[in-house]
Amino acid sequence: MCSPTISPLVRVKRLLQRWGAHPEGHKRPSADTALAVLPLAPRLVLPLSQHIGAPARPVVAAGQRVLRGELLATAQGNISAPIHAPTSGVILGIGEAAVPHPSGLGGPAIVLEPDGADESVPLDECDPFTLDPAEIARRVAAAGIVGMGGATFPAAVKLALGQHQPIETLILNGGECEPYLSCDDRLMRDRPDSVIDGARIILRAIGGRRALIGVENNKPEAIAALRTAAAAFAEVQVVALPSRYPMGSEKQLITWLTGREVPAEGRSADIGVVVHNVGTASAIHRAIRYGEALTRRIVTVAGGAVRTPRNLEVRIGTPLSALIEFCGGLTTEPARLVMGGPMMGIAIGSLDIPVIKGSGGLLALTAAEVSDTAAAGPCIRCGACVGACPIGLMPLDMAALIRAGELKGAVAVGLKDCIGCGTCSYVCPSSIPLVQFFNHAKGELAARERARMKQAAIKELVEARSARLEREAREKAAAAARRKAERERAKAAAAAAAQAASAPGATSATPNVAREETPA
Amino acid sequence: MLLAIVSLSALGAACGLILGLAARRFHVEAGALEGELAAMMPGTNCGQCGFPGCVGAAAALAAGDAAPTCCPPGGKALAEALAAKLGVALDASALGEPVPMVAGVREEICIGCTKCFKACPTDAVMGAVKQIHSVIREACTGCAKCEPSCPTGAIALTPVPVTLNTWVWPQPVAA
Repeated sequence: MCSPTISPLVRVKRLLQRWGAHPEGHKRPSADTALAVLPLAPRLVLPLSQHIGAPARPVVAAGQRVLRGELLATAQGNISAPIHAPTSGVILGIGEAAVPHPSGLGGPAIVLEPDGADESVPLDECDPFTLDPAEIARRVAAAGIVGMGGATFPAAVKLALGQHQPIETLILNGGECEPYLSCDDRLMRDRPDSVIDGARIILRAIGGRRALIGVENNKPEAIAALRTAAAAFAEVQVVALPSRYPMGSEKQLITWLTGREVPAEGRSADIGVVVHNVGTASAIHRAIRYGEALTRRIVTVAGGAVRTPRNLEVRIGTPLSALIEFCGGLTTEPARLVMGGPMMGIAIGSLDIPVIKGSGGLLALTAAEVSDTAAAGPCIRCGACVGACPIGLMPLDMAALIRAGELKGAVAVGLKDCIGCGTCSYVCPSSIPLVQFFNHAKGELAARERARMKQAAIKELVEARSARLEREAREKAAAAARRKAERERAKAAAAAAAQAASAPGATSATPNVAREETPA
Repeated sequence: MLLAIVSLSALGAACGLILGLAARRFHVEAGALEGELAAMMPGTNCGQCGFPGCVGAAAALAAGDAAPTCCPPGGKALAEALAAKLGVALDASALGEPVPMVAGVREEICIGCTKCFKACPTDAVMGAVKQIHSVIREACTGCAKCEPSCPTGAIALTPVPVTLNTWVWPQPVAA
């Protein structure tokens, strides 16, 4: 807690931060069980959309044999990430599959059948401190690394920020404030060196001066392990944070550690800070040092219905049923299956869904652990959500505006700054699903923006068409006028020839000329 | 008495002069609103609103004979913009939940007659004589002008499928 980089003013400011909630942790049985490596599943499903941004474009065909780490789908556009084969095997096909998404809709995915050899492509080991920053960002992009905390934003985009604006501070997010989840905890305890090395590589890429690693104080073992690993590096500091939800949110972490606030509708880079998850740092370490693409991650399997809750290292694409099976199966029928944490995760309908790059947890919750959201009451204007909102918004106001269809009004009172953490819904004594109102409104605004852009594009098409039709009509008229003039000329010539024919020695060429010209 | 008459007359004359000048200075052409509304409409003249083309709909809107929700291809986004322009409250329920439609060609019965792409106001149908036609979905407004032009019934409107990228959280019904 005591580190020289945190000024007394920041400490005073912290006293004024009363936001957040304290949900029960439920971390212990799984956090203390040793990390296990899940055996290869008989079939891996790799959705093309495992990240924020454009889906990846497949570059393999059905029947093709691929090696571990081989590129299966390439990034499309500026915000996107490639997908690599998690093991060697044969591509069974590319098609619709069940994917993790709140809608429950299917999405395009590549299906891979492992051959068990787990043969890798040749790896390119190197010393990151001989690479220049742009090359580090390029390699991270090529390795398909995305934000491992669940946001799945392509990591390389954030690394490249340092080339456009000065970024002094890197913050590594080891908050892991979601209840149940302990995948980052396990990573920090078992592989602290990879996290610290990842932090130093990111610092080099962004040209930063210091790295702060924020870890909630409910993970003392992780803090101790990281402090030991970071002892040799003065630029890396490990800071303990109070356990409070959502401490692991980017904006909250920045304010807590630096005392500065990310401007409304702005980005953290605007105040010279960039935040990465500890899992992302570890993945970057592996990608740069050993040339490994992102093809596996640590997943917490927990919840009251799981026999032995624990953390597993899993290949991306493994169906969730394999994870549950490895953990001894289910003790009872779960009331709800959740991918991610209970606060921001998504409810899923089946265990056929695969693990993707952003899946930090799989929870099988019993009825006692799930609150009954169907019994939402009216808003009693108690203001609990206002006090809990980490951004300082008025959730009750925004929800009332959205219910009345006043989306613009909701944006005016800060809808775009809402981080969707769900603290307001959690503390609401009337169990109003506040965060769902905000998610609905954000999606609706995005849909309207898409419709507006389509309208604008179509308007251009209509204008281009009417211009074309006008031009064609004009050209037709001009051609008709030209033909008419030519006909008249021919007629005049014929008349002249007829006149000449009355004179001796005339030829019969003139009618032919007239016939040739008419069909023009 | 005289003083009161003179001062009030002078005041009246001065106010009249100001009003008269202001009326000239800030004169608004009658058709300006209509033109602005017409510029906001999609311009495809599809006729789904029941007015003679987009300009006709704009005239009806300006005259108050049409609701801002009259344009199905424009959807909610256009309805909102029109309501804001006209300064009227938007009755979103009148719009209902219109299912966005898109045209599609059934390739097995398309004879390549080119009639549909001549009918399409947005050039969304691609094809050539005796070649199977195809619809560019991004350019289709779902105006249905192509449907009656097809001699074999090969072109038809279908609801736009909801994908991972277009799905939106439903609004909670509770409370």
